[in-house]
Amino acid sequence: MWRRCLLSGMTMWLAATAPAMAFIAYVSNEKSNTVSVIDTDTWTVTKTIKVGQRPRGIEFTKTGNFVLVAVGDDDKIEMIDTATQEVVDSLPSGPDPELFTQDAAGKILYVANENDNAVTIVDLEKRVRVGDIQVGVEPEGMAISPDGKILINTSETTNMAHFIDTTTHQIVANVLVDARPRFAEFKRDGSELWVSSEIGGTVSVIDPAKRTITGKIEFSIPGLRREAIQPVGISITKDGKTGFIALGPANRVAVVDATTHKVTKYLLVGQRVWHMAFTPDEKYLLVTNGGSNDVSVIDVSAQKVIKTIQVGELPWGITLVQP
Amino acid sequence: MIQWLVGAIGLSLVATHALAADPIEIGIGYLGHTGIKSKLSLVEQPSEDDGIAGARLAIEDNNTTGKFLNQRFFLDEIRLKDDEDVAKAATALAGRNGFIIVDLPADGLLKAADALGNRKTVLLNAGVTDDRLREQDCRASVIHVAPTRSMLADALAQYLVWKQWKRWLLAVGSHEADKLYADALRRAATRFGATIVGERVFEDTGGARRTDSGVTLIQRQMPVFTQQAPAYDVLVAADEGEVFASYLPYRTWDPRPVAGSAGLVPTSWDAAQDQWGAIQIQNRFIKLNSRRMTARDMQAWTAARMIGEATSRINSGDPKSVSDFLKGPDFSVAAFKGQRLTLRPWNLQLRQPILLVDGRMVVSVSPQEGFLHQVSELDTLGVDRSETKCKLH
Repeated sequence: MWRRCLLSGMTMWLAATAPAMAFIAYVSNEKSNTVSVIDTDTWTVTKTIKVGQRPRGIEFTKTGNFVLVAVGDDDKIEMIDTATQEVVDSLPSGPDPELFTQDAAGKILYVANENDNAVTIVDLEKRVRVGDIQVGVEPEGMAISPDGKILINTSETTNMAHFIDTTTHQIVANVLVDARPRFAEFKRDGSELWVSSEIGGTVSVIDPAKRTITGKIEFSIPGLRREAIQPVGISITKDGKTGFIALGPANRVAVVDATTHKVTKYLLVGQRVWHMAFTPDEKYLLVTNGGSNDVSVIDVSAQKVIKTIQVGELPWGITLVQP
Repeated sequence: MIQWLVGAIGLSLVATHALAADPIEIGIGYLGHTGIKSKLSLVEQPSEDDGIAGARLAIEDNNTTGKFLNQRFFLDEIRLKDDEDVAKAATALAGRNGFIIVDLPADGLLKAADALGNRKTVLLNAGVTDDRLREQDCRASVIHVAPTRSMLADALAQYLVWKQWKRWLLAVGSHEADKLYADALRRAATRFGATIVGERVFEDTGGARRTDSGVTLIQRQMPVFTQQAPAYDVLVAADEGEVFASYLPYRTWDPRPVAGSAGLVPTSWDAAQDQWGAIQIQNRFIKLNSRRMTARDMQAWTAARMIGEATSRINSGDPKSVSDFLKGPDFSVAAFKGQRLTLRPWNLQLRQPILLVDGRMVVSVSPQEGFLHQVSELDTLGVDRSETKCKLH
């Protein structure tokens, strides 16, 4: 309680004194086995942290004290202390962890393990594995509903979004989507769940209450063959009005009207764009370009790419502390 | 009246209950042959379960998905000896299964297809690369998962041309299959702007594949076989008979790279492939079969996965409905090759990228950048719609 007061107090103070707020972004570099730290004030890499093998999924803990990074080839999740910016501990997972998500309280971590068709449940405070949930073939995308009741896992070869009850840990529904679902993202008000299908080339819009697909976001870029458009990362603004979808080897981020589900603009970024994250003030969206080893910075309101920052080899995931 | 109503409700309850309890059973036959074709290299020696091991993994994958959809898959295997009757075995399998994955030579596949005639059984060719099966000898009941010789040759040619290795010395074996592969390579050279500056035929005079003093002899034979050639960039070998090609690398008269049946080899799959999430299927395969995954394994996996993909989309195991879906515009399958694979509607050939491998690594994947096509760049590999001799009916 005391800590929470202090933290929110600090946030308020920072917000009041620093209008051009600086944030810290952490980028996992799949090939370099490093995490690049980016200062969003100067848009420079301020530190490169050595981590385990094949870092991919990366996320701040809810407290903001740690950044968690899944190091798949070491079969664990490493904890980076955000104060020292060094790896201080690790969490257990199943074999080959890739993406993960936390419950609303930040106490439970759900990890997709690509190698054994299971989602592993980890107690974040005790730092121990407490259970597994059997899902489809090659689990990947993970998301938790805003009310914390439903965990979503996508399985890449089964082509489903599995709805898992977070209390009973039972699968309560399965929604078949297009081929190779990679990523799942809820709107903040819980009204929609978006699931990207990399090989199918679409994003399915799912009604989380009815658990059915209500629409599909389709992409078409002149001069690009359909096979090259492979949606992966999804970010939706807090107001639920605008979505951004990374299109992999199409080297573009699609800007989507999140009400009509139509693409309004394609932003050219680096090569093989994968995952992305907003700055907490939602002024900027940072996207990882695996093929060109850099991060593109998108000005959200202007819908323009304003900066490119060189990072490590094959940048994969990115995280910024969220308020 | 009330009694009747109660009875009706009871009945409908029973019906829905039965629906939930009984899974849709989907039988997939596998028609292969016993015995293995010996390879020159001991490390390439295929396993007895080459091919079918991939189908077994796909059945597991399909069943993991199937448990969420109330679908259950099983594999029904028949492996024929050389003198056994293909038609009889195919008919027996078709009696029990709506789908048959076939791994037989071209004539065997045609016998199986023709024996089943007007049945609605769907055959999936996971083994044989003969172009004629997709052209003049095509059948409406046969879907081809294995790539053709022309697709393999085109994939190799695109890379060699991209490398600017445009002058080829072609070395051809004396077996029928070698000649067919050589035809595909000649066609590819013409299509993509390479020149065959000379041709050599390597006669198979018989004899043992492995002898205790083989190396000494071979390193004298191969330079002689390749000497006095016109200036060339790359030696391209067509040796499906496994007689000489693997002896060529490092033994040519001129220091030149080797491609085709040895050296840089075009293939649908390789144990070294780890891009596009492939490491996951490689790990699953090794765990299940205690060996590495071959091209034939991948072709059989893809065949069984295509059936699973279709049954999950249409929520039915009916062969006619599955076949319609596979041949329709909505079908595509993900098979760890970086893009969706679809069927060419005019001859039922699966479009697919082709890997170029050197035995240890994946060197490249074709189609190469810059080889364009108005429909799909995958159609730059193999016989295109406008050239086809296939008439499906």
